[in-house]
Amino acid sequence: MSRLFMFEKPLGMRDTLPDLYETKKRLRTAIEEEMQRWGYQFIETPALEYYETVGAASAILDRQLFKLLDQQGHTLVLRPDMTAPIARVAASKLLVDELPLRLAYSANVYRAQQREGGRPAEFEQIGIECISDETISADGEVIALMISSLYAAGLDHFQISIGHIGFVQELFLQILGTEERADALKKFLYEKNYVGYREHVKSLSLSSIDKQRLLDFLDLRGGEEVLEKAASLIENGQGKEDIAQLRQLWQIMNDYGEQAKIKFDLTLISHMCYYTGILFEVYANQVGFPIGNGGRYDLLLKKFGKNSGATGFALRLDRLAEATGIFEKEVPVTCILFSEERRKEAIGLAKEKRANGERIVLQDINGVKNIDLFSEQFDDVILLIGKAGKGSGE
Amino acid sequence: MNDFLTIAMPKGRIFDEAAELLRRAGYKLPPEFADSRKLIIDVPQENFRFILAKPMDVPTYVEHGVADIGIAGKDVMLEEERDVYELLDLKISKCRLSVAGLPNTKMSDVAPKIATKYPKVTAAYFREQGEQVEIIKLNGSIELAPIIGLSDRIVDIVSTGRTLQENGLVEYEKIVDITSRLIANPVSYRMKDIRISDIVSRLNKVIDKEPVFDTQG
Repeated sequence: MSRLFMFEKPLGMRDTLPDLYETKKRLRTAIEEEMQRWGYQFIETPALEYYETVGAASAILDRQLFKLLDQQGHTLVLRPDMTAPIARVAASKLLVDELPLRLAYSANVYRAQQREGGRPAEFEQIGIECISDETISADGEVIALMISSLYAAGLDHFQISIGHIGFVQELFLQILGTEERADALKKFLYEKNYVGYREHVKSLSLSSIDKQRLLDFLDLRGGEEVLEKAASLIENGQGKEDIAQLRQLWQIMNDYGEQAKIKFDLTLISHMCYYTGILFEVYANQVGFPIGNGGRYDLLLKKFGKNSGATGFALRLDRLAEATGIFEKEVPVTCILFSEERRKEAIGLAKEKRANGERIVLQDINGVKNIDLFSEQFDDVILLIGKAGKGSGE
Repeated sequence: MNDFLTIAMPKGRIFDEAAELLRRAGYKLPPEFADSRKLIIDVPQENFRFILAKPMDVPTYVEHGVADIGIAGKDVMLEEERDVYELLDLKISKCRLSVAGLPNTKMSDVAPKIATKYPKVTAAYFREQGEQVEIIKLNGSIELAPIIGLSDRIVDIVSTGRTLQENGLVEYEKIVDITSRLIANPVSYRMKDIRISDIVSRLNKVIDKEPVFDTQG
């Protein structure tokens, strides 16, 4: 291994410098307050979890997990998402009598990067989980809260695509007959390879009507009219109910007054394999990757011993900051430059101003080499130099 | 703002065919398009910005979202495995990815060596064949490798087979057929869906017409 230089960090690890810190803090505060207004309670979970439990329950690829050993030889992972740890806490501690539970978090998660830079391996997610409520109202609430959170963060231009993994599964099973064949076709969707999907469909021994159904499936993107088309592709059964669910969701979003922000995209498949029903992603202008995603996961809690459905979303703070832009420093900072003789007076003045909520830097003038350069950083500079009472030199 | 589209185009072999296809789809592109040494070409009347990239890099630009859509060979898509939508087979720049080598030779039993620009595809292919090979990554003139004894075989793009022939090599197996694809960034695909759908359907029409052109000409 080559010798590391002192400035180097592991691949994908980033520092947060003051301007970005302020930006993230403002976003976090705004979103947290909004989530609290909806009655969600914040919790924290440890950064390290057992590989066998939370690591296995999480939907993040194994090769993306940071793994290490504890002193007893158990494999640990740095949490790759927050949904699995929260499912663990909810199932083992908080769920009482299967009552609906509304939890929120804002925490760093870790996903190792394989190939190259350009993506952080540690990033902050802020999100909620609505646990033990299997109604469509809960799905609607989660999406509406995500929209409200984005507004609270100051973002107006964004769009949400909503899909339904249950519908995809049911449609493919109806036409293809077996899980195995359905999974083979789903893999093309997961890889976003529409060319391969079409070729695969053409190569299958199916009636031309069924082939056309599978090809038409790729066009199921857009507004409410998409649900009509989707319903015509699927035979009676669970799939029709899934579409009915999406219709209700459309109505609920209308009740919230947020229909304009959502579109349906039934081809949407997430790498998060624990989703079981409605799932969604949110996109913003100027950011090449989704800024958040979510969906319903009715089987995850089962892995932790509870038979409860749940739905939730997570926003990525780093990408959100990219979408909103870095806030310019807005809170003014005043510097009090003092000389030794007037230190006491300076401390008193600083105390007084800080008590008023002002941001005050207290600096001994003898500690600064270039006073002009130093002073430039501040909105205001108060000089307390020389003998007291002889004027401040301003 | 949503109307402006950035398109990553591959320089070299595929470029002319891709530009021709866009023209056939009814897009007005400037005549000096290909001669330009510029890396960024704006076409305001179509609300397009073209960026000219190395073919291998097109999916990278698109994945990171600095280009909304792009045109990339399937060979590059296989090798790079980028998280982008593969929307359309443009059926241009047809060729194949093949295993080639000196005629009447066998691969070494101990440590067969394969030279290629496509290490991932090559490794995956030979693993499927039940063969463990050692891969030597080269960046061009791959045909040199078996001739001067660097490798037993090469894996490279073959279109007419002339380059192989002229260098005294033969094609052993075809790995996969290659054409160029229209690819899209997942966010752009949603945020600029109307614009991208329009391009897809316009291109789709001229691709479908292709056999008609063939029989006429």
